[in-house]
Amino acid sequence: MARIEVPMPQMGESITEGTISKWLKAVGQSVERDEPVLEISTDKVDAEIPAPAAGTIVSIEVEEGETVEVGTIVAYIDTEGVLSDNSSAPAVEAAPAAEPEPPAAKIPDPFAPPAGRTVDSATESVDEGSVPTEDGVRTRSTPVVRRIAEEHGVDITRVAGTGHAGRVTKQDILSYIEVGKGGEVAPVAAATSPRSTPAHIGVSDLWKTFYGQVQHPEFPVREGDRVEPMNNIRRLTAEHMVVAKRVAPHVHSLIEVDFTAIDRIRKDNKEQWQEQGTRISYTAFVVWAVSRLLPEFPQINGTVAGNSIIYRGSVNIGIAVDLDPGLIVPVIRDADHLSLVETGTKIIDLAGRARSRKLSPDDIQASTFSITNPGVLGTLVGLPIIPKGTAAILGTGAIEKRVVVIEDDVSGTDTMAIRKRSIFSLGYDHRLVDGADSARFLARLKGVLEAFPENV
Amino acid sequence: MNRAGIAAGQVPLAVRRLGTVAYRDALAIQEKLVRDRRDERIPDTLLLLQHPHVITLGSSSDPSHVLASPDQRASLKIELFEAGRGGDVTYHGPGQLIGYPIVALEEQRHDLHRYLRDLEGALIDGLAELGVQGHRVQGLTGVWTPGGKIAAIGVRVSSGWITSHGFALNVAPDLSYFATIVPCGIEGRAITSLALELGRTVAMTEVESVMAEALAGRLRRRIAV
Repeated sequence: MARIEVPMPQMGESITEGTISKWLKAVGQSVERDEPVLEISTDKVDAEIPAPAAGTIVSIEVEEGETVEVGTIVAYIDTEGVLSDNSSAPAVEAAPAAEPEPPAAKIPDPFAPPAGRTVDSATESVDEGSVPTEDGVRTRSTPVVRRIAEEHGVDITRVAGTGHAGRVTKQDILSYIEVGKGGEVAPVAAATSPRSTPAHIGVSDLWKTFYGQVQHPEFPVREGDRVEPMNNIRRLTAEHMVVAKRVAPHVHSLIEVDFTAIDRIRKDNKEQWQEQGTRISYTAFVVWAVSRLLPEFPQINGTVAGNSIIYRGSVNIGIAVDLDPGLIVPVIRDADHLSLVETGTKIIDLAGRARSRKLSPDDIQASTFSITNPGVLGTLVGLPIIPKGTAAILGTGAIEKRVVVIEDDVSGTDTMAIRKRSIFSLGYDHRLVDGADSARFLARLKGVLEAFPENV
Repeated sequence: MNRAGIAAGQVPLAVRRLGTVAYRDALAIQEKLVRDRRDERIPDTLLLLQHPHVITLGSSSDPSHVLASPDQRASLKIELFEAGRGGDVTYHGPGQLIGYPIVALEEQRHDLHRYLRDLEGALIDGLAELGVQGHRVQGLTGVWTPGGKIAAIGVRVSSGWITSHGFALNVAPDLSYFATIVPCGIEGRAITSLALELGRTVAMTEVESVMAEALAGRLRRRIAV
């Protein structure tokens, strides 16, 4: 039986992945060569993927709705048209040995003209004078990789492939070039050679991968479970959280803040604010106070970038908004230039547009410090993850009445009182922010909030 | 057909102005033309038309992105069309120039992103001709002006690298209809139009001619007369 692969094709130089939007054929159905087998979508494009050869679909490897990288095998076709009885066996053997079907195992130009013109333009230019290795090269690389190889004068057969079926990926070729073509890997012909040789992966690439790429481990599905692909917000959030936690060594410090003064100001001004058509939430007070303090603590309003520190020139506060499901962090730009009322109004505007999905890209970019409010549903305090590219995040806990001991300024006697209080947590990147910085910042914040200035 | 020998700009592009066509009918026309183009029965063809009010849904669309209720849609005479393909919610209607290029992309253009960028480029060229400066926004396919999004793009590439679907340029539509949807998820930038940018209206036929020329220029086609 000749079983050949249907890989996710390279549909453009900058296209690295595609989402399977629809299978046009099912397992067991026969297909003609170049007949569409599935549809993929990427960005604003839907595209049909034709069969690389005639035969019977014997297995479908990727479900509708899943997003896979270019080169991933999405199906297998049996070119003898027989549905194999061990079709579930993971026989990942490409078939060029038995079948004269060169496009079968390469990542094809899916719409390459039918038989008679089997050499695509990229290959023509790369493989001049190296005819004997052409099949091997084409089997193990993509047009992008071949172009990079050509530009750097690299013989692809010398590069160890770490991709599917030993393909040379873009990363492989870039690593190879970066390491300066130093050591050589055994040629492809030696099938037993290791797929990847650590010597050829630069140290900086390991870090780049660690900080730049996320792969979530698989877990077995049990009976009765429901499996759904992650939607975009969830996928981006998941990737961001993993990377953010990898990059920054997190430390959290807590402080308790008394809201008595703020409560009084809110009560006194409620009617006036209503006349102005706005409502000043507790969060607005916190944003206002934090924005005034951040210029005093440039490292908390900064970020580590490579071996440098960026101290941000503006104060842009990201506010986490629960979309249930999902979460988005719209940004109050130049928050240190807004009055309390402007801050409150801006928060209402951003949160409203976040919930009606009407934020523009500008509304969610360039945050320099974030505030999240796990307390809104009664949580005592949260220990939030620092968004990447920033140094700190403030979590505000539930504001609730507590019995506290207060000392009379004059007589020095202790009394018990009922006060509205909340626990705040500051999560900070310990590469840049020291524990004492955090302590000073929280103490200042507590001070400003507990003696909140009138008329701001 | 071997196109390699044909000099740049010599591949003919037929332009067909169809007037107002229902979305459903335009789909059927495109399907037929894609087959005809693949079988070399027709040259590369640009369809220019307008749609009656319609909201189209892709298979991955979030239904909550259709903001208008069924009653509102009925009173506004907006059809809802489930296109059964990828992509998000879009609105089309009178005053919007729809361009559907049915083009067999030659080998050096076998790149989905390049085709999207070519469509954007053609729209930007055509807008410049009409006196409006359009630009791209990184990561958001379409054409923008400082006033907002002026043209939307969504394409399909069928077996044989034959294109269909294309662009929707807001010439002078009633922009209030866009409030019935959330265009492309969180992307809630303002929608603008040629009329709004220029402060005057331009005849649809003139915009059609300019855009046909601009597209032919970007794709290195020659408009067949």
